[in-house]
Amino acid sequence: MLIVEELNVFYGGIHALKEVSFQVKEGEIMTLIGANGAGKTTTLKAISGLIRGRSGSIRYNGEDIASMPAHQIVRKGLSQVPEGRRVFADMSVAENLTLGAYHRKEAISIKSDLEWVYQLFPRLAERQQQMAGTLSGGEQQMLAIGRGLMSHPKLLLLDEPSMGLAPLLVKEIFEIIREINSTGVTILLVEQNAHMALSVADTAYVMETGRVVLSGRAAEVAANAQVRAAYLGA
Amino acid sequence: MKGGMVRGRSLSPASSRIAAWIAGALAVLCLALVNVGVYTYRIDFYFTGILVVVMINIILAVSLNLINGFTGQFSLGHAGFMAVGAYASALLTIYMEWPFPVVLIGAGIISALIGFLIGLPTLRLRGDYLAIATLGFGEIVRVVILNLKITGGPRGLGGIAPKTTFFIAEIVAILTVIIFSNIVKSSHGRAFVAIREDEIAAEAMGIDTTKYKVLAFSIGAAFAGIAGALFAHHQMFIDPRSFTFTRSIEILVMVVLGGLGSISGSIVAATVLTILPEALRGIAQYRMIAYALLLIGLMLIRPQGLFGTKEIGDLFRLGQRQGNEGRRAQADGGEGQ
Ligand SMILES: Nc1ncnc2c1ncn2[C@@H]1O[C@H](COP(=O)(O)OP(=O)(O)O)[C@@H](O)[C@H]1O
Ligand SMILES: [Mg+2]
Repeated sequence: MLIVEELNVFYGGIHALKEVSFQVKEGEIMTLIGANGAGKTTTLKAISGLIRGRSGSIRYNGEDIASMPAHQIVRKGLSQVPEGRRVFADMSVAENLTLGAYHRKEAISIKSDLEWVYQLFPRLAERQQQMAGTLSGGEQQMLAIGRGLMSHPKLLLLDEPSMGLAPLLVKEIFEIIREINSTGVTILLVEQNAHMALSVADTAYVMETGRVVLSGRAAEVAANAQVRAAYLGA
Repeated sequence: MKGGMVRGRSLSPASSRIAAWIAGALAVLCLALVNVGVYTYRIDFYFTGILVVVMINIILAVSLNLINGFTGQFSLGHAGFMAVGAYASALLTIYMEWPFPVVLIGAGIISALIGFLIGLPTLRLRGDYLAIATLGFGEIVRVVILNLKITGGPRGLGGIAPKTTFFIAEIVAILTVIIFSNIVKSSHGRAFVAIREDEIAAEAMGIDTTKYKVLAFSIGAAFAGIAGALFAHHQMFIDPRSFTFTRSIEILVMVVLGGLGSISGSIVAATVLTILPEALRGIAQYRMIAYALLLIGLMLIRPQGLFGTKEIGDLFRLGQRQGNEGRRAQADGGEGQ
């Protein structure tokens, strides 16, 4: 579904992504794990068009999207839930969700997606008119995911959804990610919380300082001695 | 708790609609009284002139609010666009003798085009840089006008027919308010606000942020140009000194004071800040000091401006928002964060 090949991204003189290659298969949960600064966010931003790579290809369902502007990529069914949630603080929960469906026209399917999001996140349903900026961290993360779902994505890119959340809430969020996946949405999950990520994912790639250093089925990666030592604290 | 939530949702929009209705009715009543006053000559010629300037300033403030308030860009170039509209319209009237409504539209279109051309490269800049670039634009417009023959250079351009009656200024101001209210309420309006709130997230939502920023800038410029045209045909004489940087700042003060992102706020602030200096004429030499102190005082008491991002009708909803914050505190507690 998504094939990234030899992607190189620079920030000025900093070589942030070095020959990064990976793929995401339709229907799976793929996770990209790695320490802070490894280049995970940069990878997602390059896919969703928020930054440009210098070289390499990003093919989505056979089409090269590497030089497509972000607002067109969303229309292709690729939606990013950004790191740090970035909800529209001065708008209500309902307005945030409506904006998620910004480029869509069909009122009926937007409405059914909205109902689905409220069903996934009953807490959002209870707070429809509340300003997003006054939500708790966990609720804001739910809103960010819900907003991402409102674009009716085929591929959902999640950037560290567990960041800064209490352990119980992290578990809840990961269960919901699995539930979203079970409805047929393919997921690319970026995480520092390797333990949780590997437990829900089908395949995994490990990044270190801008490179992919290891990949395989999530269970294999989780069993790898180096990964266990570096990321799983075992 | 549950009951409170349901109440908050079902009653508030209704009460806010009533509040909006009352505010609207009051505004119409005020306007009607003013009209009666003007047409029965109970309001003298001098004060009618001030009311025309009130209308012009409302157009300027509301249009700048779309750029600076709703879209969150920092433009200091409004006087420049006003100058473009003023001179373009004056020349159209003098040399082409077009009817005034056509001149107004022409001034709007010319300013919009220039706004588009300026906006395209500069809106890639952020914050302070955009402010400096638009400031530079305003100065360039002034210098060009100073040095052209057709504009009369520093001597100015006179003999412009006095076509801006109170009635016309009023109609254009009302149309402006209606048009901008509709823009910000539409799905485009939500796109503007999303850009203000978080440009990256807006882009990720599929909003073409460059397009919308340029759009806000061009629409804002168009109406600044129309305001400039009304101004030129009210003063009958224009020179570059009417369109200095100070003018841009005056308009900005109205927008900030009324509330970035509130059209009602811009209307109230533009009205008060235009009439106030006249009302303070009694204390002659202390007038500007009193004015400045008032501004500083207001910014200290309400840094978000009179209305914040709210409209008059929303004021009733404030109670509900506080209720929400109470719930939020509980939710946080429940999560054990
Ligand atoms: N806007 C930026 N400008 C310069 N360097 C950046 C920028 N964003 C990220 N970087 C650098 O790129 C590298 C990868 O960052 P990032 O993709 O955010 O990592 P991760 O998401 O894995 O923590 C880091 O060395 C970081 O310092
Ligand atoms: Mg990151």
